Formats: sequence, structure tokens, C-alpha cells
Amino acid sequence: MITPDTIAERETEIVEEFAMFDEWLDKYEHIIELGKGLAVLAPELHADEWKVKGCQSQVWLHPVREGDALVFQADSDAAITKGLVALMVRVLSGQPARAIAQAPLAFLDRIGLHEHLSPTRSNGLASMVKQMKLYAGAIAAQEASHG
Amino acid sequence: MSVFSPEEIAAIRGRFPILSRVVNDKPLAYLDSAASSQVPEQVIEAMATFQRTTRANVHRGVHRLSQEATEVHEGLRDRIQRLLGASRREEVIFVRGTTEAINLVAWTFGRQKLNALDVVLAGELEHHANLVPWQIVAAERGARVEKIPALDDGTLDFEAYERLLDSLPVKIVAIQHVSNALGTIHPVERFVQAAKRRGVATLVDGAQSVPHMRLDVQALGCDFLAFSAHKMYGPTGLGFLYGRYELLESMPPWQGGGDMIDKVSFSGTTFHEPPWRFEAGTPHYVAPSGMNAALDFVEEIGMERIAAREHELLEYAQTRLREIEGLRILGSAPHKAGVVSFVLEGVHHYDAGLFLDQMGIAVRTGHHCAQPAMERYGVTGTIRASFAVFNTESEIDRLVAGVIRLQKVFQ
Repeated sequence: MITPDTIAERETEIVEEFAMFDEWLDKYEHIIELGKGLAVLAPELHADEWKVKGCQSQVWLHPVREGDALVFQADSDAAITKGLVALMVRVLSGQPARAIAQAPLAFLDRIGLHEHLSPTRSNGLASMVKQMKLYAGAIAAQEASHG
Repeated sequence: MSVFSPEEIAAIRGRFPILSRVVNDKPLAYLDSAASSQVPEQVIEAMATFQRTTRANVHRGVHRLSQEATEVHEGLRDRIQRLLGASRREEVIFVRGTTEAINLVAWTFGRQKLNALDVVLAGELEHHANLVPWQIVAAERGARVEKIPALDDGTLDFEAYERLLDSLPVKIVAIQHVSNALGTIHPVERFVQAAKRRGVATLVDGAQSVPHMRLDVQALGCDFLAFSAHKMYGPTGLGFLYGRYELLESMPPWQGGGDMIDKVSFSGTTFHEPPWRFEAGTPHYVAPSGMNAALDFVEEIGMERIAAREHELLEYAQTRLREIEGLRILGSAPHKAGVVSFVLEGVHHYDAGLFLDQMGIAVRTGHHCAQPAMERYGVTGTIRASFAVFNTESEIDRLVAGVIRLQKVFQ
């Protein structure tokens, strides 16, 4: 399903949502809840083919192309990582491939979770975002060449 | 009766500046000494003083600073010889750490010793550092690495080991003294002796044992033993390889460069005697001043008392953690070092690690560079708390409270 709002609008919505938490525990609990709300990824998509390598937590990412947009389905075996994955899916899924490829994704920084996206983190999240952008970039390039 | 009085514990803690740090608004509870122990002020100070007053390259210079730096460097070699009970100082080789020590042996001795179809036996719980170098060299030589199977309690199956020794063309046994993942203290002398009786060479990974117990390489009978300074209240980037001199003498050099040669010319180069044959290039010459101070610290408190205190902490931690429902401790060997590894029902170790970090508690989570061990016990990773002489029961209480709190969030 393609929603009309932009990546930036969705990011702002998340930043406002997180503004009500002062305590780290409340923030983490909210992230865990978001993870629980993530659409179930079919068992066959938990295959190595869709696995994004992380050292400690695993992430699976499955892209579906819908016209010029990309829809993502994803999962993780760790609850906090899964919540962060849910945030990424919420922001990027259904957006035009070109917009995904170019998204700066500053919202994690604004909600104080930037460290989770660091490439040195072993949760696989940075690799997942990279993978999302690679898929989007490939589609955007294809569209450009087809005029 | 505790090993130390509360005043003594406070005094020991006071010597580690990092322990006064606040992490995520909470006082730091550092329970990750199996990865890296912290350093007392005297180690930091010794290295700073060395940099201010003595810094110069070792072995080569005739000037005063170089002479003094060389004295510190070679003085440490004597001390490590005494620490390990080696028969001569030339049996101690300076390396970057345990990993480099094992690679050195694999790439020199291993390469020389292994032929097609030969076997290296390695324990099922080995750290990757004592497994992967052997796999790489074995593959090059057409040899292979087989495992000494582990039992459910975290010990190694000695009978299976003897059967493997008798049924396979085993040339080298690579075995850990203490498991970094589970804390098991293996009866390593039995394993070494069994290999020795059959003429098989042995390397002991002492990374988790040398900092926590007294040992003697001659009594142990091993051919090689490796350990790191950074797990023993010392600096990072420094480790030691003990090798029986007779073997070292027969081994080819590994890395080429300065300091390891006898005579160099384009028509051919001859190499220095051990240990210098294996010490190419400028070493981390600042670190020995710090390691000397770390050994002073250990001697001052006494290795027996350190070991007894860590055992006390282990017993306390295991007792308290066992009270928690849904928590399972991995490894119930009769002898364990100050390491407790556990899993929580329904909670991923990564989530647990993030939560504990928010509470100022530093533990290790994941596979601990021992994936075959994780596979053996059917987990992808564990939460590991490990202790040093500066830890306290109240830090363990905080860990227990933290675990109970995070269980509520995730269940």
C-alpha cells in the first residue's frame, strides 16, 4: 500500500511521538512495542537470502517493488532491533525508490537513537539501511535509464 | 569469611581511576574483565613516566635512553620467565597478544609440522583465536582440524580425546586452559600429558588463566603457552608466547624485518636466535613499563588472594543468578574461573546487553568469539559477566536487579 505522505513527514511524526519520553526506559519500551506491531514476516522469508548480517542480532529484509515505489517487510530476532527495524520500515516503506535512495534519515539522531545506526554497532541496522538504499538506488537507476 | 575486608576492597577499587566513571547517569559496574581488565593508576602512571623520561627504541641504540628502555623491556622478559616458571628467558617471546602468539606458532611450527592428512586437535570451546589460525594453516598443508568434544557441563570429554589421539594422525593439540565463554577451568595438564606421551605437540591458550591463577609451564609440560597483558591489569597491545627453547630453535622466522636478523645481504640472510628471531620490527616498547607495574600490583595483592576473591565473586553471582526464574547458567563444571555465562528465556542477549548498559552495567553479550561453543549448547549467544579483583558483591546485586527489571520489560 502506498501512502501519500513523504519520508520527511513520517520522520517528523516519529520525532513528535518520541518527544513525550523523558526516561530511557519508556523510550525503549515504546521501541519494543513498535517492534511487536511490525507485520509478521513469512517463515520462508527468514531465509539466508534475505538476511542482513549483524554480529549479535539478525535482521531479515524483503523488498517488494510496487511501480516506482518500494515496500519493505522485515524482522529481527532481538526486540529492540526489531523496534528500530519497524521505525525504518514505517519511514521508508511505500515511498518512491528515488526518495528512499536519497533520504538522509536524520530522525534517529533527533530521537537520541543515532548510536544504533552506527556501522560499528553489531545489531545489523546500519547494514539494513544500506541494503534498503541499494535496492532503491537500483530501481531508481533503472527508471532513469528507461526514461 | 571474606578474602578482603570492606576497607581493603575500597582501597583496591580506589586504585582503578576508571571505576569512578558514571555511565548513563549510573556508577559504572564493570563486569567484562574476561575481555579486558581495567588498569590501576600505577600502570597508567608508569607508562606516562616512561614516555616522559625514557621513550626510545629498544635493542638498537647505544645512547642512554635506548639502553634504559632496553633494560625495562628485557627486564620484563625475565619477570615473565619467572611468572611462568620457564627454564630460560629466551623462551619468552613478546607479541601483540594471544591471537598473534597463536598465529606465530601456527605459521611457523604448524606449517613445518603439518603434512597432508595430519590432524590438529582443538577443543570444542576454543576461542576463534585458537581455532581459525589452525584451520588456515591446516588447509594450506592439506591437513585438518578436528574437535575435542565438550560435554553438557562445559568440560571436555577426556576419553573421547584419548580415542582421537589414538585413532588419528594428530600432530598438534591446541587447547584453552580456561573457557572465555563459560569459565570452565580445564584440567589442562591431563590433556597435555596425554598428548606428550604420544609425542604430540601442545599449545595452551592461557589468555583466561594466567591473569587469574598461578601456573608453571614446566609442571604443565606444554610446548607453547600464550597470554595477553590487557587481561592482567596491564596495557593493551602486548602479549607473550612461551615456547620450549628446543622447538623455538628449530622454527623458521615468521615476519621478517629489523631486529630478527643475524646478517643480511642480497646473496642471503641469516636469522637471529630465539626469541629475537620472532620479534621483527619495533615492538610496543612503552607497554613493558606498564606491564611491570601491573605485575607489581598482582604481586602486592597476591595471586592466591586474587584467585580466591574472584572465586568468591563467582560463587556469589551464581547463587544470586540461580534465584532468577527463566535464567539458565551455561556451564556447570566443577572448577570455574570468574566467568558466568547465562541466557534468559524469551530475551535476546543483545536486548539484555543494551538494557544493562543503560543501567551502567558493562557485560559482554554475543558469541564471545566461540561460535562452535554456542552451537554446542544450542544458543546464538549468551550474557557474560566476568570478574576481577576490583569487583564487588553490590555490583553483582545490581546485575541481578537489572536482569529482573529487563525481564519484566521483555515478557
